[in-house]
Amino acid sequence: MSLLQSTQFRPDPSANATRRALIRTWPEFQNPAAWLVALILVIMPLIANGFFLIEIFATTLILGIIALSLMFLAGYGGMVSLMQLTIAGFAGYMVAVFGMSGNANISLGWPWWLATPMALALATLFGTLGGALAVRTEGIYTIMITLAIGAAFYYFTNQNWAIFNGHTGINTVATPHFWGVDWRSDIAFYYVTLGVAAICYFAVQHVSRAPFGLALQGVRDNSRRMAALGFDPNAHRIAAYAFAAFIAALGGVLQVWNYRQISPGSVSVGACIDVLIIAVVGGITRPIGPFIGALIFVLLRTFALDVLIKFGLDGNRFRLLIGLGFLAIVFWSSDGVIGLWERWRRRNASPTQRSGGGRLG
Amino acid sequence: MDSVAQRLSVVGAGAALELRGVTRLFGALAALTDVTITVRPGERRAVLGSNGAGKTTLFNCITGDFPPSSGTIRFFGEDITQSPPYERIRRGLRRTYQISALFPGLTVQDNVYLACRGVSRGRFSLLRPGQNDALMHATETLVQAVHLASVKDQRVSELAHGQQRQLEIALALAGAPRFILFDEPAAGLSPTERRELIEILTSLPAHIGYIIIEHDMDVALRVVESVTMMHNGRIFKEGLPREIESDPEVQELYLGGGHE
Repeated sequence: MSLLQSTQFRPDPSANATRRALIRTWPEFQNPAAWLVALILVIMPLIANGFFLIEIFATTLILGIIALSLMFLAGYGGMVSLMQLTIAGFAGYMVAVFGMSGNANISLGWPWWLATPMALALATLFGTLGGALAVRTEGIYTIMITLAIGAAFYYFTNQNWAIFNGHTGINTVATPHFWGVDWRSDIAFYYVTLGVAAICYFAVQHVSRAPFGLALQGVRDNSRRMAALGFDPNAHRIAAYAFAAFIAALGGVLQVWNYRQISPGSVSVGACIDVLIIAVVGGITRPIGPFIGALIFVLLRTFALDVLIKFGLDGNRFRLLIGLGFLAIVFWSSDGVIGLWERWRRRNASPTQRSGGGRLG
Repeated sequence: MDSVAQRLSVVGAGAALELRGVTRLFGALAALTDVTITVRPGERRAVLGSNGAGKTTLFNCITGDFPPSSGTIRFFGEDITQSPPYERIRRGLRRTYQISALFPGLTVQDNVYLACRGVSRGRFSLLRPGQNDALMHATETLVQAVHLASVKDQRVSELAHGQQRQLEIALALAGAPRFILFDEPAAGLSPTERRELIEILTSLPAHIGYIIIEHDMDVALRVVESVTMMHNGRIFKEGLPREIESDPEVQELYLGGGHE
């Protein structure tokens, strides 16, 4: 009845509603800047040389994927997990252990198309079990438990020689070759990482608006109320860890293909914290944040050294720059660079666009 | 016939809600002491009492927010004393909160949609609801029922207090409720909003029973058929609204000089 009435008054409400829903869920489609960024990313191999393609952009995308998994947990679930890099590293190790590498005494020599799903499955299981432990706690204790898991894994890889080959790690890890393409050649690998990153980005975007993602945000805001609506909050939290672990594992597989080796240094506590810094600097409120954070981190890591030396300072002080940047971001914008950007745009927007909203009552 | 009725009464199947000897301790403090209440299906009851009488603690024990220290709680015959809150909700129990417990970052529609989703299948669904989704229709209907259709796309944080209270009620009506606990639904409402609240409560389907905690006697006694008085965590008196209103002990204890 009410639907009929509204059809008479408004020209085409359903099309209107669909369009509004589309814009609300995929704001990028409305944004010409997003299309421009996408276009630049796709034609990047025409612009950038191999060094930029791999050392800057592929590395950014990989770190962005791993940080995206943290953004999903922290932003939508309110759970700060420091073990996301550990899960990625575990997946990387599993690729090396099940697949082919220079350490024939350790690697089982499976083809990549068997070793990779195995690595993804085991890393997702690892992340889910870690999550099942972590959801028993809240706030700072979640951070402590996940940090403990990360630290324990780091020391374990250092001391275990049977599987993880101790502090030397596993070298010359084989990368996929099929259809006559070496998928680790610069351009092919760039497109692989870009594709996986895009899938992860849109998957997180999609899940955040699906019932599961909505429920997760409900658990973040008020878990007691969610239980009073019929949801099992901890089951949702653990499922979120599983989803995030799968994303982190994808990043880890790409990372081991990128460096073709993995050692305890790749899963050190410092590297775990780098992922947190990347996510926070970029912003944990939206999935694009981790990628922006990763780009800033990689650029600083790569070029701060030269810049510092030019100013006659010790090149190893690039972490000082990252630390200062981190402090500045946390001090001025709790939601990272995207928060700064949004505030800047809102300030420049005309006041008429900021209506108070039709409050009735 | 007789034996069936006896057996049913033994398991409490005749009652919507049955509390036996429920006690809740917070350390050495007894917030509830030996509370025994039986509420029939479809019965509407008010729980009155001064601050600290244990009314909200009673609700928290029934919903499982805090499990009771001792005693048993049966919901339509089923022992739910040890069930987690979400199991009780899935069985048809609902509650509202004294201080609105909503999701301020989500829109009105998303809040109601979550409530509908919580008591149906697909809580972990990764598929977005389409235009013809049954739950979306249920959501629309509920939003209209509590007069919030005009603000359904607004974030809850932007709503006025009265609208938040109405949303709080909408969340409790999602799915197929069998029994609802209303914790001071009229708190902070204007006289007009109070009239709307009374209208919503009295127009609920007859099979839905509820317990309402309410300080405003004008609201409370108009929407219930029985009253339970609580004092210091104990049941103090039970009866019909007019009996309670005219009871001298109750007047002295609770209504006192403050009642207008």
